[in-house]
Amino acid sequence: MSTRTQFSGGFQNAPVDAAHAFRAAMTVMARPGEIRHLTGGQPPEPLSVAAETLLLTLCDPDTKVHLAGAADTDAVRHWLTFHTGAPLSAAADADFAVGTWSELGPLSTYRIGTAEYPDRSATLIVECDDLQQAGAVLRGPGIKDTARLNLPDVAALQANAALYPLGCDFFLTCGDRVAALPRSTQISLEV
Amino acid sequence: MADQTNIANAARQGWMGLLARAPEGALMALWSKYDARPDFEWLRSPEVGGVMVRGRTGGTGAPFNLGEMTVTRCSLVLNDGTVGHGYVQGRSKPKAEAAALIDALMQTSAADAVRAQVISPLKDQMENAKTDRAAKAAATKVEFFTMVRGED
Amino acid sequence: MYVAVKGGEKAIENAHAWLAEERRGSTDIAELSIAQIREQLSLAVNRVMAEGSLYDPDLAALAIKQARGDLIEAIFLIRAYRTTLPRFGCSNPVETGEMACDRRISATFKDAPGGQVLGPTFDYTHRLLDFKLAAEGEVSAAPEGQPRTEATPHITEFLKGEGIIQDEPASDATPGDLTREPMEFPANRPLRLQSLTRGDEGFVLGMAYSTQRGYARNHAFVGELRIGKVAVEMDIPELGFAIEIGEVELTECETVNQFKGSKTEPPQFTRGYGLVFGQSERKSIAMALVDRALRWEELGEDNLGAPAQDEEFVLSHSDNIQATGFLEHIKLPHYVDFQSELELVRKLRREAEERITPKEAAE
Repeated sequence: MSTRTQFSGGFQNAPVDAAHAFRAAMTVMARPGEIRHLTGGQPPEPLSVAAETLLLTLCDPDTKVHLAGAADTDAVRHWLTFHTGAPLSAAADADFAVGTWSELGPLSTYRIGTAEYPDRSATLIVECDDLQQAGAVLRGPGIKDTARLNLPDVAALQANAALYPLGCDFFLTCGDRVAALPRSTQISLEV
Repeated sequence: MADQTNIANAARQGWMGLLARAPEGALMALWSKYDARPDFEWLRSPEVGGVMVRGRTGGTGAPFNLGEMTVTRCSLVLNDGTVGHGYVQGRSKPKAEAAALIDALMQTSAADAVRAQVISPLKDQMENAKTDRAAKAAATKVEFFTMVRGED
Repeated sequence: MYVAVKGGEKAIENAHAWLAEERRGSTDIAELSIAQIREQLSLAVNRVMAEGSLYDPDLAALAIKQARGDLIEAIFLIRAYRTTLPRFGCSNPVETGEMACDRRISATFKDAPGGQVLGPTFDYTHRLLDFKLAAEGEVSAAPEGQPRTEATPHITEFLKGEGIIQDEPASDATPGDLTREPMEFPANRPLRLQSLTRGDEGFVLGMAYSTQRGYARNHAFVGELRIGKVAVEMDIPELGFAIEIGEVELTECETVNQFKGSKTEPPQFTRGYGLVFGQSERKSIAMALVDRALRWEELGEDNLGAPAQDEEFVLSHSDNIQATGFLEHIKLPHYVDFQSELELVRKLRREAEERITPKEAAE
């Protein structure tokens, strides 16, 4: 690649790239604690490759996206609009939100769905400094016995899981790696 | 400065609209004769999609959704950093690519050559076709004449 | 009771092969090309685009070829294809006042500016079969006149000057989209118009005819009917301005309806509106009549209980793909449902017999 423009950084072969990325996203969401690699193009600063690829794969003009904190730059806005057409929104209306845990703010801001439509909830893409299969203990659907994942805020995520079948779902991204934490996963600190 | 931008935008609107509406055969015939094709990289490879066309109630009132049309779009960048966008009616990826390349070239020093070899002849062809239809319509305009008037 | 059955794969495969052969017909006859269908069966193509709700003449022609000329089947194919397209956005509302008119007539004003332009119409043909066409005759070029270059104004603009017709004030409200959100009742006028423009031509025609025969009669005149091409413009975020992304042929019909006034509105003319993809004159007039009939409530008219006034009835039954899907599904295997019906009827018969038999024994 030679020329970087405000429009650079999309999939080079959208149908194939998006299918691979979707498969990885679905796998980590179905098997909480598992870590997969996601590779897309060149994300605009400060997005990670994994977060960029998730946004390219999951967002379109029907999904509202909230850019939290440092992710809310002109470059990211232009990039997102050009490649996905997704409208930007405040946290309270978002279908997807991206940022670091502290930038994303309190979980109570986000939509958790309704009894009739639990799917009308937000999915948060949490940019992490570190992602490894250590720390909090995960149990629940998609996990044989237990799994481990270093989580940003165990208490808040436990409270989210307690809302099940309502609540938010999470992708945790670090560089080109991704893991996920659906609302159906129970979290504890001890085995 | 703002005026300059507006003038540039209006000109760009003109050629992008022309390329979008152009019959594929006519555009590709002219474009295939243009020699100085530049190298480029894709920013967004050609993709086929739909656009919801809207009308207004009573022609002037509230918008309503009429139905979709097929559109193919792509974006690319030349080696000098010029970005070209192609939005064309229909499902032809080669047509979208040609439109994006022409859009990029029209912003460079090649503009005069592209205008002379592609844009102007294309515009003439499309205007002639439109005038032909208008002339046939005009021939079906009813000329009323009064047969009998008054009582005397 | 549940009966699981499997099988029929081979039969289905062979049926598909035979279908393809029958579609092709005799190989002694030249095969139809998509371009031939698009150019020479253009009104069928228009209907498939309008009711398939996707403007793409080549695709509609392909669908007609694949469907062996069954237009509802072709519309089904287009609807299915449409769902695979990512939506790039929505256009700005088309400016029908800017239309390059092939045809433009008014039944209300003889001397309207722009004149009465007949266009390529069937209206004054004698409906006699032309056997010359059976012998593949070339046609001579149509005569040409002095082309009009300026836009043709809408007829209703003249009535508006006098304040004697109900206004259609512009708005920027985002219209509901029944392809994204299921229809809920009461629907508003933009949703009704979306539903009617993609509705079955025969159904909308029948509904419109019912209003003319007296079921919620609303005294419609065709104020204006125009057919021609309009440019479609869309805002492009990466450019920061709107560009034309193509052009579509449309048929627009505005009816002018006598209106004696109501509790809320003075006597004036009211309107019905039809706008349809392609040259679809019958459909657009019918759409305008049904649109007007459905507006009884907002105009403070009485509900006469006519079918064409019943929004739920009209909109729920206008879609031929929904209708044909539900109708035709009853021919598919219902072995299980029918087994239970059979059991039930046998049981009822047994019970009925038992009620009769003991009596006879006692006598």
